[in-house]
Amino acid sequence: MSDLVLSVKDLATHFFTRAGVVKAVDGVSFDLVKGEIMGLVGESGSGKTVTGFSLLGLVDAPGRIVNGSVKLNGTELTTLPDADLRARRGREISMIFQDPIATLNPMLTISQQMRMAIDAHERLSKRAAEAQAAKLLTQVGIPSAAARLRGYPHEFSGGMRQRVAIAIALLHRPAVIIADEPTTALDVSIQAQILFQMRELAAEMGTAMVWISHDLAVVSSLASKLAVMYAGRIVEQGPTANLLRDPRHPYTAGLISSLPAMAKPGLPLHQIPGATPSLLSLPPGCPFAPRCERATKACDVAPDMTFANNRGWRCFHPVVEAKEAIA
Amino acid sequence: MSNASTPLRRFWAEFRENKVAVVALIVMIVMILLAVFASVVSPQNPYDLANLSLMDSRRPPGFVGSGGYTHVLGTDPQGRDLLSAIFYGLRVSIQIGLAAGFVSLTIGTTLGILAAYVGGRVEALIMRLVDLQLAFPAILLALVIVALLGQGKAQLIGALVVAQYAYFARTAYGAAKAERGKDYIEAALAIPLSARLVVMRHLLPNCTPPLIVVATVQIANSISLEATLSFLGLGLPVTEPSLGMLISNGFPYMMSGRYWISVYPGVALIILIVAINLVGDQVRDQFNPRLRK
Amino acid sequence: MSAFLSIDNVSRLFGPNLSTGEKIAAKLGGKVETRAVRAVSEVSLTVRKGETLGLVGESGCGKSTLGRLIAGILAPTSGTVLLDGAPVMLDGRKVTTRVQTVFQDPFASLDPRMKVGDTVSEGPIAYGLTTKADAKGYVANWFERVGLDPVWVDRYPHQFSGGQRQRVAIARALAMQPDVLICDEPVASLDVSIQAQIINLFLELTQDLNLTCVFISHDLSVIQHVSDRVAVMYLGRIVELGPVNQVFAASAHPYTDALFGSVPKLVIDADELVHFDTIEGEVPSPLSPPSGCYYHPRCPLATDICVATQPETQTVSDLRAVACHHFKTLMASYQ
Repeated sequence: MSDLVLSVKDLATHFFTRAGVVKAVDGVSFDLVKGEIMGLVGESGSGKTVTGFSLLGLVDAPGRIVNGSVKLNGTELTTLPDADLRARRGREISMIFQDPIATLNPMLTISQQMRMAIDAHERLSKRAAEAQAAKLLTQVGIPSAAARLRGYPHEFSGGMRQRVAIAIALLHRPAVIIADEPTTALDVSIQAQILFQMRELAAEMGTAMVWISHDLAVVSSLASKLAVMYAGRIVEQGPTANLLRDPRHPYTAGLISSLPAMAKPGLPLHQIPGATPSLLSLPPGCPFAPRCERATKACDVAPDMTFANNRGWRCFHPVVEAKEAIA
Repeated sequence: MSNASTPLRRFWAEFRENKVAVVALIVMIVMILLAVFASVVSPQNPYDLANLSLMDSRRPPGFVGSGGYTHVLGTDPQGRDLLSAIFYGLRVSIQIGLAAGFVSLTIGTTLGILAAYVGGRVEALIMRLVDLQLAFPAILLALVIVALLGQGKAQLIGALVVAQYAYFARTAYGAAKAERGKDYIEAALAIPLSARLVVMRHLLPNCTPPLIVVATVQIANSISLEATLSFLGLGLPVTEPSLGMLISNGFPYMMSGRYWISVYPGVALIILIVAINLVGDQVRDQFNPRLRK
Repeated sequence: MSAFLSIDNVSRLFGPNLSTGEKIAAKLGGKVETRAVRAVSEVSLTVRKGETLGLVGESGCGKSTLGRLIAGILAPTSGTVLLDGAPVMLDGRKVTTRVQTVFQDPFASLDPRMKVGDTVSEGPIAYGLTTKADAKGYVANWFERVGLDPVWVDRYPHQFSGGQRQRVAIARALAMQPDVLICDEPVASLDVSIQAQIINLFLELTQDLNLTCVFISHDLSVIQHVSDRVAVMYLGRIVELGPVNQVFAASAHPYTDALFGSVPKLVIDADELVHFDTIEGEVPSPLSPPSGCYYHPRCPLATDICVATQPETQTVSDLRAVACHHFKTLMASYQ
């Protein structure tokens, strides 16, 4: 599989806090090939953002990766010394964050920030660097790129700032981009523009993406495969259309059917009872069991992933037919 | 649902973890108790003239006096047992510090919250006054007020209040302005609840954390400011000497080898102020950006 | 159509924020450019008793400001808000408790230093709906209605989850026994699975208590699910108003059409799993809105008249209204 750019196996990241050990990520495995877009879906507390940070080695104390392997283009990242990791960050793997205001330094011009990003990995003259920056800004859909380079972040709208962030992430044509809810903070119409743009760019540049989101519709418009996370684990994964039409894990099924778009107006929505468990005190066994109507005594033991036909699910009582999910 | 505890209990649990702060708190409490029970704890009442004998004056630590007991820290120029004088001095210093601190807190907080809530011209007027006042060194202001009002306990507290209320006003103003814009204040006003109710029940309690921090620091400041004034002879009358006055009394004797008359009251003063500051530091750190949930 | 809630030509300006120099210049008779933001411009609406009106639009459209104007939190610069014929505000002060609000952020809208029971009861106690002695029972009753354990009245907000805090906020609003509930993005900060719970709670309560609601949200699927009618806002103006399904299925205004089209919709059974279109350009700054119709720079149907004149609100049918010069062209295209 020479096309394999990212290979994650049994990733576990724990936070050692005063209150106890928070198992933010506890069992994440997936592969990504060149040009593939994977959606990492989950609600707050599911561990999706920490997963993204772990892939880049950006987890700060009191957290650290306690187990598992992350192979980028064949190189193991979890054991790399800092300097080597930094050499790869931004060049082979980069990240787009949720809040475009926080990503850009308000004191520097766009040109300065993009040149800093270029200089981190390449030696280019100022003119050459600016030319490359302008080219990328045009590619992400910013008109009059050369002129806008002189501007400061506050002169750009939210959507424009996020485009700049995307441009910076693409500067060195990385093999993988981790996008952490990049459109959540944007207006609906701007979101649509960015989604469209990213779809085009990924196809053009052959960049693989891990798109982290809580919004099933947004992520499904881009991703060819999905991984659903709950309480730090991937509970289901597979090709997008297949997974959404035919969810196996009760949580996935519940999540899909509780979307307002799935219900008849005015009628009660299907709801998953209870709330996500605290990661400090997870019950032994399946973390979803307390909220699951299909749970039995067997669920007191944590299930492993079952694989079949390109699909995977972590459940002893998977949903077999789509109709059962909405019941 | 997480820990079922009041904000106070949570606060204490975190405070306990800093050993230095806990020791400082204990020292502070011990000194306050010594001050409160000075008459009980002191071997000798240093202000009962009947007890004093000029024969015992300026004796070094360990001297056994005409009263029959050992002067653990020596005696002062009037023959008073220094240890007892220090206890009584602590009482005066702490009294002044607390009184000045409390009055400054009340006046400053009222002004600050008023300015933040009402806004407009009132806000501008009050805060300009506060800014003006903050530009002057506290000691200078205190000196001027004492010069104007004369000597005496009330006058001294008045001088300290004038010098210090501005810190409280500015802190209260900042906190109130920040809280004023928050949703829960808007929600209370939206019912609608009267402004008075909202300020007293919602705004004020949420402004207290930074005010407590300022209060601890300012009480320590009051004590040291009063000591400075007393040292200069502008503080309290001789009949009620604070630690500052004791230090002042012993100053002429420093060069002639009778160090204990100034040094021991000085050490007591330093311990008190450092203890209060350490506790204040810990309180401030705990109220700072709460990074933990 | 009897109007229970009547919003009559309401506008709200913010600013102008003049510097001291500019103020002096203005006093002396010099010309100073006004930098006022027209957050809400000439909005007229009526809401019937028991109806839920959805208010939708992107950031900067003025829906939150309009919500606050209706709730009596902000006073309009011009125009009036009437509830059952009586004004909600007089002399810049709210004079009724019959309109209550549920705010967006459940973390910020509860006083962190007050027990939740006290937060819920302080309004009712102040207005005599209950006494200090009976407060606990009164609050416990409302807690049960919103799905919270009555035992929790003595807990502090930090001890609850986001969804539970929002239930407390709903209890606080309902404890005042209002006739009208303004919900400002009540589920935006919540997880999808919790959203469903709160939306269901909302539907159940509005039904049981026969509440009239104004539901503000940027999420079109939520609006579609809970509203009877919907008003679409753009840069402070209402561009379209009508029964929710009609407005989204066959929009009369190009913006509504484009907005609805740009939301990624998950249609599981369709061949194309997710479908959406894009709108050109961005929402202009409210400080300097375009001339004529605010939407004309981005509108595929724009002509000269759109650049020159602000469109009037016209009736499409008995329940529908739209502010567009070319709505007939758009509606004809659906045939």
